[in-house]
Amino acid sequence: MTSPELDLDGIIDDSGTRIVVCCGSGGVGKTTTAAALGLRAAERGRNVVVLTVDPARRLAQSMGLTSLDNTPRKVAGADGELFAMMLDMKRTFDEIIEAHADPERARQILTNPFYQSLSSSFSGTQEYMAMEKLGQLRRSGEWDLIIVDTPPSRSALDFLDAPERLGRFLDGKLIRLLMAPAKAGGRSAFKILNAGFGLVAGVLTKVLGAQVLKDIQTFVSALDAVFGGFRQRAEQTYKLLQAPGTAFIVVATPERDAMREASYFVERLAEERMPLAGLVINRVHRSPAPDLSAARSTAAAEDLESRGEHELTAAVLRLHAGRMQLAAREHREQEQFASAHPTVPVTRVPAMSQDVHDLDGLREIGELLAKR
Amino acid sequence: MTGKGGTGKTTVAAALALALAAGGRKVLLVEVEGRQGIAQVFDLPPLPYEERKIAVAPGGGDVHALAIDPEEAMLEYLEMFYGLKRMGKALTKMGVVDFATTIAPGLRDVLVTGKTSEAVRRRDRTGKRVYDTVVMDAPPTGRVTRFLNVTQEVAGLARVGPVRTHADMVRGVVASPETAVHFVTLLEEMPVQETLDGVAELRAAKLPVGGIFVNMVRAVDPTLAGPFDLAELAMGVKAAGLGDDGNAAVIAEALAGEVVEQQRRAELERTERDALETAGVPRYELPLLADGADLAGLYELAEAIRTQGAA
Ligand SMILES: Nc1ncnc2c1ncn2[C@@H]1O[C@H](COP(=O)(O)OP(=O)(O)OP(=O)(O)O)[C@@H](O)[C@H]1O
Ligand SMILES: Nc1ncnc2c1ncn2[C@@H]1O[C@H](COP(=O)(O)OP(=O)(O)OP(=O)(O)O)[C@@H](O)[C@H]1O
Ligand SMILES: [Mg+2]
Ligand SMILES: [Mg+2]
Repeated sequence: MTSPELDLDGIIDDSGTRIVVCCGSGGVGKTTTAAALGLRAAERGRNVVVLTVDPARRLAQSMGLTSLDNTPRKVAGADGELFAMMLDMKRTFDEIIEAHADPERARQILTNPFYQSLSSSFSGTQEYMAMEKLGQLRRSGEWDLIIVDTPPSRSALDFLDAPERLGRFLDGKLIRLLMAPAKAGGRSAFKILNAGFGLVAGVLTKVLGAQVLKDIQTFVSALDAVFGGFRQRAEQTYKLLQAPGTAFIVVATPERDAMREASYFVERLAEERMPLAGLVINRVHRSPAPDLSAARSTAAAEDLESRGEHELTAAVLRLHAGRMQLAAREHREQEQFASAHPTVPVTRVPAMSQDVHDLDGLREIGELLAKR
Repeated sequence: MTGKGGTGKTTVAAALALALAAGGRKVLLVEVEGRQGIAQVFDLPPLPYEERKIAVAPGGGDVHALAIDPEEAMLEYLEMFYGLKRMGKALTKMGVVDFATTIAPGLRDVLVTGKTSEAVRRRDRTGKRVYDTVVMDAPPTGRVTRFLNVTQEVAGLARVGPVRTHADMVRGVVASPETAVHFVTLLEEMPVQETLDGVAELRAAKLPVGGIFVNMVRAVDPTLAGPFDLAELAMGVKAAGLGDDGNAAVIAEALAGEVVEQQRRAELERTERDALETAGVPRYELPLLADGADLAGLYELAEAIRTQGAA
């Protein structure tokens, strides 16, 4: 079973492609792929912005990203219009609040201790804010190609699920319940004719104290003002991801867990009617001597060892056998994916003997991605 | 046990628990993220919120496990301190617990670390500690300091009162010299950087840093370390019957490419080891298991941990 070839140059050269999303499970090379594609697209004439999330320090530096200032900066050293930025999720969250609430209410929210913990640690905030930032960049109309990296998470699906989870939380029954007193016109929280609320309030007061409960209520009712906005924006961005100008690129390493995640993601994209461009299989191990099998290599090494000759060659043959076994294992994982998803185009990038941390490295990855 | 995602925290925590239990001791292995990682590593059905024996260590000794569920921990807390068991159930149904632990992650953390601290301090009728050691498969490096720094975390939440008192008890356990926060890393740039940042953060928070477990270390044959003779390799290839006068040199050259690549990687790994050295804490190395970390692999890692004196 062989997969069709993924033609990435075709995708980035097509002026109809406006958004490329790189996703995949943790540590597989999403950020590297996003940056390499961005550089390549810019050097082939597109006006590009790359939105990175938590890039490795040296890679960020090589793109001139030294501070987390949430604004795209032009990348010096790229032969074209390449801009890059690092996502600051808290700042992005603050901006949404500022855009949707009047100044007094915004201040109330931003200084509330619960907002501070929610905006910096709720699981899913980073994913939601990545989407939000994507929407902002798109609306600004300043770039004709936006390449988005996705947050490091265990599961590739988090990127699609987390915003929904945050939305559900903010829209939850309990939040509504807590808001009830404020809506009822400022009557005391504890006299409200709502048995459910009374129960909740009673216990929360006992465990946390009355002040904390008041803080929660202030926060929740202030947030209420921006709820509508949240929901609407999330929906807009979701639509953007379904639009024909978007291309999803799923990144995986040829290992069981990563390939399985890639499979789930591919299936999920189809369900959501989001356009999949193809799969990048990154860090593939190849051998410069592919015709010498692991078995023959091992047998030859044993032979030399038993004769007590050519110690160096025996060691090299053992090394080669290990490499061939790894390559075979990786090959099987890829085959499995191909038979489950025979129509998904694939491109492969070999494992480099070094980290990718400068523009030359990115350029090389770009060439490998595009098979040039 | 903390570390960057996917470096082997759960695996190494499990191996450390086995190593610490070896020779007749009793160890509790806890997990806190609701992912049933321990069950997976030991190839068991999902664990309940209940301590139970899951493995026997080499030379006798028991590993018990507990998957801490914040919701259950909250109910237990409400019952223990307020006698509110039934009401707690009602609250759970209404989503209050979920809400409270979401809006105030510090509350969730203090419940989880609180439950763990309780297990650490628990004594039997004779006054002896029930567990010799408690090993926690903790959140990843990026979150671990905040997670363990409970008093700080609940400061905004509760300046006085029962939660605060609970947090102070936890702090007493977590910051004590009996606690050690270990890191798991690979010899790669990002996990090493995260480890160094994590060590610095813990120190700033005055929390006790333990050692660094370098995981998935590939064995390198010293024969292949230095410069080598291509002609000798070609002769060896011929002697092994893999090539003749015509192509032995070509095969040798291709194979040499693999050696050079491995040397380059070894060089890179050396750089990362040197970087780890700057943390000034003990370092332990765990081999890359050829067949993955199955049960037999865990015992192998436990043995490596013991021979290096980490347990
Ligand atoms: N083809 C490759 N060969 C060698 N190293 C690579 C390759 N691709 C990526 N890397 C290295 O692997 C590490 C992880 O890559 P990267 O940061 O792009 O992954 P990621 O998927 O964005 O990770 P995270 O989920 O943590 O965000 C980096 O150090 C990078 O330099
Ligand atoms: N020494 C080792 N040799 C081979 N494979 C290993 C080794 N240690 C861990 N693994 C494998 O690496 C993978 C990740 O390990 P593990 O689940 O322990 O990581 P983790 O840090 O707990 O991940 P997460 O961040 O998702 O919780 C697993 O498939 C595990 O079997
Ligand atoms: Mg990344
Ligand atoms: Mg784990």
